[in-house]
Amino acid sequence: MANISSNFLGIKSPNPFWLASAPPTDKKYNVLRAFEAGWGGVVWKTLGSQVKNVSSRYSAVDYGGQRVMGFNNIELISDRPLEINLKEIAECVKLFPDRAMIVSLMADNDKNSWHELIKKVEDTGAHGLELNFGCPHGMTERGMGAAVGQDPEIACMVVEWVMEKATIPVITKLTPNVHSVVPTGRSVVKAGTNALSLINTIQSVTGVDLDTLVPNPYVAGKSVFGGYCGPAVKPIALKMLTTIAQDELTKKVPISGIGGIETWKDAVEFMLLGASNVQVCTAAMKHGFRIVEDMIEGLNNWMDEKGFKTLDDFIGKSVDTITHWEDLDINYHHIAKINQDKCIHCGLCYIACEDTSHQSIKLDYGKPYNKYTIIDEECVGCNLCKLVCPVDDCITMEEHRVAPEYLNWKQYQQKGLPLNDH
Amino acid sequence: MAILNNKLSQQQYAENFSDIHPPFETHNAALVEANRCLFCYDAPCIKSCPTGINIPKFIKQITSDNIKGSAHTIFLSNIMGAGCSKVCPVEKLCEGSCVFNLMDEPPIPIAKLQRYSTEKAMQQKWQLFERKKSAGKKVAVVGAGPAGLSCAHVLSREGIDVTIYEKENKAGGLMTYGIAAYKVTPEFCEDEVNYILSLGGIEIKYKQELGKNISLAELQKKYDAVFLGMGVGLANRLYIPGEDLEGVEDAIKFIYDLRDKGFSAIPVGDKVAVIGMGMTAIDAATQARRLGAKEVTMLYRRTQEEMPCTQHELDIAMLDGCKIIWLAAPKELKGVNGKVSEIICSIMQLGEPDVSGRKSPVETGATFSLEVDMVIKAAGQMPFEQLIIDNEIMNNKGKIVINNSETNIKGVFAGGDAVNGGREVVDAVQAGKDAAAAILSYIFHAKR
Repeated sequence: MANISSNFLGIKSPNPFWLASAPPTDKKYNVLRAFEAGWGGVVWKTLGSQVKNVSSRYSAVDYGGQRVMGFNNIELISDRPLEINLKEIAECVKLFPDRAMIVSLMADNDKNSWHELIKKVEDTGAHGLELNFGCPHGMTERGMGAAVGQDPEIACMVVEWVMEKATIPVITKLTPNVHSVVPTGRSVVKAGTNALSLINTIQSVTGVDLDTLVPNPYVAGKSVFGGYCGPAVKPIALKMLTTIAQDELTKKVPISGIGGIETWKDAVEFMLLGASNVQVCTAAMKHGFRIVEDMIEGLNNWMDEKGFKTLDDFIGKSVDTITHWEDLDINYHHIAKINQDKCIHCGLCYIACEDTSHQSIKLDYGKPYNKYTIIDEECVGCNLCKLVCPVDDCITMEEHRVAPEYLNWKQYQQKGLPLNDH
Repeated sequence: MAILNNKLSQQQYAENFSDIHPPFETHNAALVEANRCLFCYDAPCIKSCPTGINIPKFIKQITSDNIKGSAHTIFLSNIMGAGCSKVCPVEKLCEGSCVFNLMDEPPIPIAKLQRYSTEKAMQQKWQLFERKKSAGKKVAVVGAGPAGLSCAHVLSREGIDVTIYEKENKAGGLMTYGIAAYKVTPEFCEDEVNYILSLGGIEIKYKQELGKNISLAELQKKYDAVFLGMGVGLANRLYIPGEDLEGVEDAIKFIYDLRDKGFSAIPVGDKVAVIGMGMTAIDAATQARRLGAKEVTMLYRRTQEEMPCTQHELDIAMLDGCKIIWLAAPKELKGVNGKVSEIICSIMQLGEPDVSGRKSPVETGATFSLEVDMVIKAAGQMPFEQLIIDNEIMNNKGKIVINNSETNIKGVFAGGDAVNGGREVVDAVQAGKDAAAAILSYIFHAKR
């Protein structure tokens, strides 16, 4: 059995699966249930000044009959009294000493407020702090949350205040509501943050109710932009994670990966692209804490199959495989192949290619079943047919290199090779 | 042993004749199946539907909550799409060619989804078609069955004023009178007809039989064109001794009475033999059982390989407890006091393929006998041969011969069972559409 225990900035947890700062972690009752279910750690829902929430708070995007492909919320930071939160945090730490307890913070925008809050939280016995520089709704209007994370200078200043006071590890959580997460990331690393976490939620409108004509979530005839999360944001999160994992400065600190993680596979992908551990929220909100069981077992089995003994054996392993377009090998070429024994004649590959790609699939009419074959000379190897094919391994991409040697775009231009090969 | 009516309680009748294919109970239940549909391109299901309904489109429209659009897509190709969703042998048509079959997964329940959209449209009385301004042309349609109604609807949409002459006092043809009651109820058939007629521009004159109350010559004179969609008549005669004994029934009449008079009014024997293995034979056999016959035996002169009904239909009969005897051809019916009491069958074997391409049954010389008190004949139906000959319509053994829906008589068109000898409702609907297209072209473009 592989060892899936995690050590993040010296904060140990039996597995790399933490619950992200969010509704599931805003009180003892939920957190104890999470720990009982097997979660490695939690980031307690953000503490700060007293706020008031509205009703309703959530909305979702469904797709193809599946619920909650994407999810958004307009909930603020914890609306419970600070003292109760602190008391419960301390109790949870005592009851589950082997689990990671991180507390998310968003103090008012002055040094004293931060210092006071940090002092109180450290007294609970929590293992680390996460600075919420990412919340995209409600708090930004008060100069907090994403308003901090979107401005590298302000972010830097706040992190400096925090680092003056904090004696336990500090993670800075980045907002994705920026053109690039790197400037703020660099700025807070310079200011001394011990680690980064990303992404927070993305500003969004999940949809408009076609009867009331009011977007979701509905609050007395109005709505506001909400923070988007769930499976739909995973690809965006992975991209942002990679930019942090590749940057010379930000890659020096550990990263906690967040954004649409639902299964052990998602978690492994985040870790391959540089996350030391992962945080989960939406999936737990959809299915309950029990999902961690398969995450633990699946990760274990995958690591055993691949021969990885510890998490460090694979964390960051894929970071260098994402390169610049100019460095891609232009001589690489592959062509689709349709396995006629597996083909069910649905024609989805054909219509996708015919209408929207390169007219590389030949249709031989049949009643009721047409026959579809690839026209090798026309196929550019775009993958579209394979992606839309409903049958596993029916369409495969076969390598047909243009030439054996590596050739990138710059070299291609230098050699004056023909541009239009159609 | 006796042929009696009222064998069961009202509750038993209700149970026995309840809907054999219940609809989706909720929108979500329909969505789960609709979402499975792959939305195939040039889909095999469309090609396997005689009316060419754009099935992937109407299913996609269910998933996008455009039920109105979904129903329109169906009715555009098949105005009896609601009825067809209940009576079509989909296992050999659309669902039979669904690509999921090729993955050894259950096909999309196309009929059930079609029923979902069309029933909603009928319940809500959505008028999904608009008539064009009257073109000042009139067409007579003979027979308010699937072919006639389908033809009339297309014509009326194009602004033609249509008059249908129907010999019964209800419309719907075989849908109303010739199909097992556990597939479609009389109320449904009536609703379906009314829904079709709600377009306007179609008048039905009931109790008007061609050759009796009206003549073709008259119709030709009064109308710009005539469509003959009168279907076929009673079951083929067996031409064996004893055929006229009491208790020897015609499947068409048996089903007609059952649909017309109500279950408890229909007498049924204790030991019933049904001759034939087509859809009508199945409908007769299963309904005889459901009316309370103790024993129903289906006799077919060929084997399961050649049977005209689908496996699905055969399964219904077998689940109803009907006995099946293959390679049995009726040779003689014997009776006591004028009532049938015994059927003697030749045991057959298969020989060379005949004109239908199926291996032909050949007598082995051996026979067996069954004790019966009722025999239902369901070995094909007879066209209205005399009527057709009297009107000098070119025909093949009573089946009207057409060329692009037109008969040998100019301006007289035909389609459906009267032409093909007896096929599915869905085939008749398509024949009606084809004829309507030919009639429109004849009225508006042909040099006369």
